[in-house]
Amino acid sequence: MLRIENLSAWYGEAQVLRDAGLHVDPGEVVTLVGRNGAGKSTLLRCVMGLHSGWRGTVELSGTALGNLSADRRARLGLGWVPDDRGSYATLTVTENLTLPPTVGPDPWSLERVYEAFPALYQRRNSAATTLSGGEQQMLALARVLRMGARVLLCDEPTEGLAPLLVQQVGDLLREAKRHGVTVLLVEQNLRFATSVADRHYLLAEGRVTAAMENSEVRSRERELLSYLGI
Amino acid sequence: MTAFLQSTFNGLVSGAFYALLALGLAVIFGMLRVVNFAHGAFYMLGAFGAYVLLAEAGVPFWVALMVVPLALALLGMALERAFVHRLTRLDPLYNFLLTFGLTLILQDLVKLRYGVQSSPYEMPAGLRGSVDLGLFDFPTYRVFILGFAVAVCVGVWWTLARTRVGMVVRAATERPELTRALGINVGRWITPVFGFGIALAGLAGVLAAPMRAVNPLMGADLIIVVFAVVVIGGLGSIFGSVAAGFGIGMVQAWAEAYLSAFPIVAQTIVFIVMAAVLLWRPAGLFGRAEAPA
Repeated sequence: MLRIENLSAWYGEAQVLRDAGLHVDPGEVVTLVGRNGAGKSTLLRCVMGLHSGWRGTVELSGTALGNLSADRRARLGLGWVPDDRGSYATLTVTENLTLPPTVGPDPWSLERVYEAFPALYQRRNSAATTLSGGEQQMLALARVLRMGARVLLCDEPTEGLAPLLVQQVGDLLREAKRHGVTVLLVEQNLRFATSVADRHYLLAEGRVTAAMENSEVRSRERELLSYLGI
Repeated sequence: MTAFLQSTFNGLVSGAFYALLALGLAVIFGMLRVVNFAHGAFYMLGAFGAYVLLAEAGVPFWVALMVVPLALALLGMALERAFVHRLTRLDPLYNFLLTFGLTLILQDLVKLRYGVQSSPYEMPAGLRGSVDLGLFDFPTYRVFILGFAVAVCVGVWWTLARTRVGMVVRAATERPELTRALGINVGRWITPVFGFGIALAGLAGVLAAPMRAVNPLMGADLIIVVFAVVVIGGLGSIFGSVAAGFGIGMVQAWAEAYLSAFPIVAQTIVFIVMAAVLLWRPAGLFGRAEAPA
């Protein structure tokens, strides 16, 4: 579904990604773990077409994305869930949800979103930035599901959330997966990662240094945690 | 009391021009992050457009009010495509220089043809005379300007707040990169928004033709105050630009009426207010600190 090969990226002179490669099969949830500064967010930004200064190959459903603009990529089915949750202060909750075009065959309706998240429904006419952090995260996820995105790019959706909300994010991702949505997830919380994902990649100093199954992450948890510095 | 109300009304009329011009600047700045220094020149072209149409082709005011802003919108869009667009990725200083240069070129082109003297524009027949407002009579044309400008501002607000186009413009203004990543071709909206902002300047120019001196420098004098208005309202804030436009118009009129003993203060009141507002709220009255891209 999503294939990345020999992806290198720079911020000015500094090289952040060095020939990184990974793939996510249709319907899979795959996490990308790594220390802060390992290049995880940069990799997602490269896939989304938001980073200039890169080289390599990014393929979606077998088609190379090349120099396609971010909006074209979104319309091909990439759903962007940014690390800051991407709420618009000048748009209401409903507008935040209905701003993007629908791009996939199976978009959630607004009614379905509000049924799943009564808290969002109650605040539907408020500015999105007045929601709590957890509600804003749900909004960001609900927005890409309403687009009908086939591949979600989620940048640390559980960061800073209370355990109950982390659980909700997990439920939502599992539900999306059941409907055939593919997810590439940047995640630091290994317990959460193994509860939603099928496979995991370790990114270190811009390289993909390990590909792990759930069982391997669980058995190496202590070692990985100390490596990640958590 | 009557004198106070009269100067307030006059202030609102000048404020109507400030509001229309500041609104155009705010819309353009929000979407393009370009401070359009040529805005005053387009206001001047609006007034000249009406003058030329009437003097050389007998086109009446009401037609000019529709045609001139449209024509200027097209000119603005062409200039955006040809020049402004190429510089938006560079330092904002480049577009400052470009639009400032455009101002000088447009002013001098008009000067070449029509000279620096003011050209008279006849008041449209239906709007001559004055209306009785109870306590005092007020020129009909000024009442019309006020009503028209308020209607335009409300219309723009409604479009931005309640329509799909307005939602896209708000989103692209607040977070351009995120908006692109959500599948919206932000670039497609930039040229029309620039044209729309220019059309508002042209509209203000046509409205000014019958009551202000039509000459090549009329925009240059006005635009300095309009920039102060935009800064006071908060750069890029739609509501702020309109509110500050009308507010500054009134403050100026009151200063002229009641501070005539201190002409220096009365003449510079706008900038005194601007300095005070910036000390108190550096982002302007209704501005917010820049959100991360």
